[in-house]
Amino acid sequence: MLGYALRRLLGLVPTLFLIVAAAFFLMRAAPGGPFDAEQTLPPEIEANLQAAYGLDQPVHVQFGQYLAGLVRGDLGPSFRMKDFTVAELIARGLPVTLTIGVAALVLALAMGVPLGMVAALRQNGWADHAVMGVALAGIAVPNFVVAPVLALVFGVHLGWLPVGGWERGSLAHAVLPVVTLALPFVAYVARLTRGSLLEVLQSPFIRTARAKGLPPGVILRRHALRPALMPVVSFLGPAAAALLTGSLVVEQVYGLPGVGRYFVQGAINRDYTLVMGMVVFYAALILLLNLAVDLLYGWLDPRIRHD
Amino acid sequence: MAGRALLDVRGLEVEFDTPRGVVRAVRGASLEVGEGECLAVVGESGSGKSQCFLACLGLLAAQGRASGSACFDGRELVAAPRGLLDEVRGGPVGFVFQDPMNALTPHLTLGRQLGEAVLERGLMSAEAARKRSLELLARVGLPEPEARLRQYPHELSGGQRQRVAIAMALMTDPRLVIADEPTTALDVTVQAQVLEVLRDVRRDGRSLVMITHDLGVVAGIADRVAVMYAGRVVEVAPVEALFASPAHPYTAALLASVPRLSGDVATSLAGIEGQPPRPGEIGAGCSFAPRCTQARDACRTRMPPSHANGERRVECVAPLTGAGVSP
Repeated sequence: MLGYALRRLLGLVPTLFLIVAAAFFLMRAAPGGPFDAEQTLPPEIEANLQAAYGLDQPVHVQFGQYLAGLVRGDLGPSFRMKDFTVAELIARGLPVTLTIGVAALVLALAMGVPLGMVAALRQNGWADHAVMGVALAGIAVPNFVVAPVLALVFGVHLGWLPVGGWERGSLAHAVLPVVTLALPFVAYVARLTRGSLLEVLQSPFIRTARAKGLPPGVILRRHALRPALMPVVSFLGPAAAALLTGSLVVEQVYGLPGVGRYFVQGAINRDYTLVMGMVVFYAALILLLNLAVDLLYGWLDPRIRHD
Repeated sequence: MAGRALLDVRGLEVEFDTPRGVVRAVRGASLEVGEGECLAVVGESGSGKSQCFLACLGLLAAQGRASGSACFDGRELVAAPRGLLDEVRGGPVGFVFQDPMNALTPHLTLGRQLGEAVLERGLMSAEAARKRSLELLARVGLPEPEARLRQYPHELSGGQRQRVAIAMALMTDPRLVIADEPTTALDVTVQAQVLEVLRDVRRDGRSLVMITHDLGVVAGIADRVAVMYAGRVVEVAPVEALFASPAHPYTAALLASVPRLSGDVATSLAGIEGQPPRPGEIGAGCSFAPRCTQARDACRTRMPPSHANGERRVECVAPLTGAGVSP
């Protein structure tokens, strides 16, 4: 198992390299540069700036230098936010993004799985229809609509929660962003759980368990739930990725100091190193999450356990 | 059948709700299983032979409904509360299913699955359950039982899994084991071995119901045979009598369609003309009439009468002579 995990971890390196290369050259191919500000700089100052950041070198040399830095764990300085390295910027925003992202994922699982189970066990009953109806709405309404509506209702009208902003350690500030982010995922997870549980409950091994006279609760927990969670686990990788990118919008609407805004600002400002840093960071995170999902499969189904 | 019935099925009906309406899979089936005997239930796919016994123990799929009566040891099981069903199944009645590849839970070790029924009922300590599992695995002929307990179903072959399934059905020392086509999914040499294990199951005076469409299996293991066609039990007879002189034309046709190693190889295998009726096509009369070479007008208009003589029973307007159950 450990050997397998290490091999898979090494396998991520080429993938990451391709992503970095694609992002690097795409970014350079885009018109404009980091120092094309509103007022044009005198040519000699611009030339000095270019030289200082190594932008006067041929592109492939710059790429080599960037990779060399990356291997050392150095994401370089931000071109636009002077005084900050990219690593510092990410380290500043990351706790916020991770907090709401992880909380939203936990909420999605903690609510989605039980709701899906209830719907499956009461198939075609009112509880089933209610859960599936709400789930459909949760998937259909985009979060840039949900966010302002929630802020309006709970922030402005009821005044229960802050409309936006972030305070370290303040639970109240996290509630609306987390709920907004989690809603569509609660819905997806509930639908997935319902569908796969219904299928698993039809399988021959569930009939065997019933033929042993096991109580319904034991059959559900011990025999049905684990295989039923397979599709949910498959969804966790893409879901985690979607939560991170979804947080761009949510951070924007609620004015949170997460990493999402650096991505947007970096791209608009042609802040090469900042965008690259974000790409590398997101790509690594998503690859690692997918690896974690693959390892989780082994626990759910011994047939795909890796030795 | 000699002695009193352990399982007594009377007028059992099984219906399924399907998108195309209600399907009657079992239409008033009656049979009994005696203490210590082996009853083989034969019939084509869709004859209702499996559904009949699944219904007895409340194991029908969610769309299925049973009515009529099925008494196990004097206790009515049809429409019985879940509590009674859970007491009986996996207790005094053990089940072995057809498809050993899918009948075991993939993510639980065999030891866990073997011990479940007795542990959940609080019949044994974990240690005693382990000992009994080992004993039974050895008895069904699995080598290295100790190692098996830690293995998962996918690590075993089909035949080995079916042995485990049989051991699992025996954990609570049941009085009746119902085996639903236990050898169908296995290849021929493995079939013979599993059959041997099932024969051993009858030791200690245990009753066995063998659901199968393989007449070779029937000859090798059964005391009595019940033949099912289109949801009804059309003939019941002791095994030798049935093979020697079938009373129902369907049974006769079934026996004639078995390939024989002796005799003229040039004679082509006899088949039964036509197809079994689809549940919607069953008319007022005998459901076999459209395919029956002996059919007459009376067969198509009314339900065939039941004739009984001692151990034998047949449901036919004109049973074949020689069986001794003619009207």
